[in-house]
Amino acid sequence: MTGNHQTLALLLFSVFVAITLGITTWVSRHRHGSAEDFYAGGRLFSPMENGFAIAGDYMSAASFLGISGLIALFGYDGLLYSVGFLVAWLVVLFLVAELVRNCGRYTLADVVAARMRERPVRIAAGTSSVTVSVLYLVAQMVGAGSLVALLLGGTSGAAQAWTVVGVGALMIVYVSFGGMRATTWIQIVKAVLLMGGAIALTVLVLLRFHGDFDQLLRTAAQRSGHGTAFLAPGLKYGGDWTARLDFISLGLALVLGTAGLPHILSRFYTVPTARAARRSVVWSIGLIGGFYLMTIVLGFGAAAIVGPDAVRGSNAAGNTAVPLLALDLGGGAGSTGGTVLFAVVAAIAFATILAVVAGITLASSASVAHDLYASLRRRGAKPRSEVAVARAAAVGVGVVAIALGLLARDLNVAFLVGLAFAVAASANLPVLLYSLFWRNFTTRGAVWSVYGGLVPALVLVVLSPVVSGSPASLFPGVDLQYFPLENPGLVSIPLGFLAGWLGTVTSAEPPDEAKHAETEVRALTGAGAV
Amino acid sequence: MEKQDGPDSGEARIDDPWYDALASGWGELDGTGAPAPVVPPARGRPEDRGVRAADIYLEVQRSAAFQEVRGRYRRFVVPSVAVFLTWYVGYVVVATTAPQFMARPVAGAVNVAMVAGLGQFLTTFLFTWAYARHARLRRDRAALDLRWDTQELTRGVAGGGR
Repeated sequence: MTGNHQTLALLLFSVFVAITLGITTWVSRHRHGSAEDFYAGGRLFSPMENGFAIAGDYMSAASFLGISGLIALFGYDGLLYSVGFLVAWLVVLFLVAELVRNCGRYTLADVVAARMRERPVRIAAGTSSVTVSVLYLVAQMVGAGSLVALLLGGTSGAAQAWTVVGVGALMIVYVSFGGMRATTWIQIVKAVLLMGGAIALTVLVLLRFHGDFDQLLRTAAQRSGHGTAFLAPGLKYGGDWTARLDFISLGLALVLGTAGLPHILSRFYTVPTARAARRSVVWSIGLIGGFYLMTIVLGFGAAAIVGPDAVRGSNAAGNTAVPLLALDLGGGAGSTGGTVLFAVVAAIAFATILAVVAGITLASSASVAHDLYASLRRRGAKPRSEVAVARAAAVGVGVVAIALGLLARDLNVAFLVGLAFAVAASANLPVLLYSLFWRNFTTRGAVWSVYGGLVPALVLVVLSPVVSGSPASLFPGVDLQYFPLENPGLVSIPLGFLAGWLGTVTSAEPPDEAKHAETEVRALTGAGAV
Repeated sequence: MEKQDGPDSGEARIDDPWYDALASGWGELDGTGAPAPVVPPARGRPEDRGVRAADIYLEVQRSAAFQEVRGRYRRFVVPSVAVFLTWYVGYVVVATTAPQFMARPVAGAVNVAMVAGLGQFLTTFLFTWAYARHARLRRDRAALDLRWDTQELTRGVAGGGR
C-alpha cells in the first residue's frame, strides 16, 4: 500500500474537523447561555433531526468496524451482536422515551428525583451516570487510538497517544463551546456520512455478486475455511459453558443497557414533546436497523471478497475488514478508486468516533453539573453558574477520559462497550423503570437500586478473568479471579432490580402517593412538561 | 447545515413548551396562547408547593379518562414487551445452546439461524410500526386533552404546573 490513501484520509478528516468546528462556532454565536440551551439545544429539534442524531450517537466505530469485522472472521456470531443492539431500541421506545421526555428536564436523575427525596437520589443516579459515561468514553478513545494506528500505518505508541489527546481536545471544544446544539448537528452530519458510506459499500458488494445474497453467503462460507459452520452460530461463542453463559450475559446487557445510557436519554430532551420523542425513536430505529442490516452484507462481503486470512493478517480483531473491503471494491491497492474509497471509509470512522465522544461528554457533564454539583454545592449559588459548571465539567471529563484512554490503550474495545452497557442496565434501568411504573417505590429503594446494581457490576468485573487470573488479563501476575464471566450482566442486572425491591419493602418511610400520581399523570399525558 | 438557524431564531419560542409546530400532525395546540408555566430549576424547587396542586394530580389520576389512557398504554405495552423479550432471549439462548439446530439449511445457503436473525430485524420493525400506530390513534388525542385539563387546573393553584 502506498501513502496516498493515508494522505487523502487525513485530508478528508481535516475537512470534517473544519466543518464541525465551523458548526460549533456558528452555533455558539447564537447561544443564550441558558441551561435549556446547553443541555437540550433549546428543545426545538424536529423528530427527523433528532432521529438522525440518536442514530449518530449510537452507531459507534465499534459497530461500523467491529461488528462487520467480527462477521468477517466468525460469521454468524458477529450478527448476534447487531441483533442485540437493535432489539434494545424496542425497550427504549415502549418503556422509556416518551415517559422520560415528559417527566424530566435534562438527566435521568430528574425523573427519579421528582418522586423522591432529591439529594440522595440525585447523588446516586448522577454517580452511576458518570460511571457509565466514562466507561463508554474510554472505550471510544481506545478505539480512536487503535484505529489511527491501523488505518494510517502509525503503529507507534506515540501516534496512538497523540490521537487520543487530539480526539479528547476536539470533543472538549465541541461540547464546552457548542453545547447540545453543536453536538446534535455534528451527530447528524456524521449519521448522514456513515449511512452514505455504508450504502455505497453495500451496493458495491451486492453488485459484485449480481444482487445474489445466497451466492454471497456461499462464497463467504467457502472462503472462510469453515464451510457451512461459518453461517451458523458457535464459531466464537460455542466453546465451553462459561463462554456460552458469557454470551447470554452480554446479550442481556446489550438489550437492557441502551435504555439506561445517559447520552441516549438526554437526546429525548432536545425535542419539544413526547410525541416528537416517539417519532425520533421511530426514525432512529429505521436508520439503525438499516445500518446493521448493511453491516451483515459488509461483513460477509469482506469474508467473501477479502478473505478472513487477509483480514486477520491486518488486524487480529478484524477491525480493518471494512477498510480492506473498500480498497478491494474500489479496484484494489494502488488504484485510484481503491485509494479514494479506503480514505473515505477511514475518514468516516474518525468522524464516527468524534461524534460519539462528543455526545457522551455532554451527557456526563450534565450529570456532573445538574445532579452532582447541584446536590453537593453550598446553598445560594446563582442558577446561571450551572452552565459554567457544566462547561468546566466537560473539560474535566475530557481530561479524565484522555488519561484513562492512554492507560487503557491495550484493552479490548468491544469488552469496554459491553461493560458500559452492563453497568447501565444494572444501575440505571431498574431505578428508571421502578420510578415510572411502581406505585410503592421509595427513596431508599431508589438509592439501593442504583448502588445495588452499580457496585456488583464493578466488583464482578474486578473479580473476572478480564482483570486477573488468565494470560490475557490486565494483570496476568495476580489471581483475584473468583467470577468466571467477562460480562457481569447476568448477575448484576437481577441484583439491581432485587436491591430496589428490597430497599423499598424494608423502607420505614411510606410511599408518597401524591408524587406517584404526579409522576404517572405527567408521564402519560405530558402535563407540566418542559 | 444552514437549517440550524431555523430553530434558533426566535428567542421567545424557546421558553414556550406549548410550541409544537415541529411535531406536525393535527394542529394540536395552536392559538391557546397559554403562557409557559414558570418552572423553577429542579434542584431549587420551592418546598411550599401548594397542597392543592398535589390533590389535582391525585384527582386526575383517579379520573376515568386518565385510567382509560393508562389502560390503553399498559394493555399494549405489557404483552408486547413480554413477547419481544421472550423472543429475543429465546433466540440468544437457542443460538448459544443449540447451534446444530440453528445450522439446519432452509433454502440454499440460508439456514435457520439466518432466518431467525433476519426475523429479529423484521419483528423489531413491525413492533415499532405497531406501537407508533397504536399511540397515534389510541392515545395521543386523549392524552393531550388530559394534559390541557390538568394544566388548566394546576395553573390556578400555588406551585404552578409543576
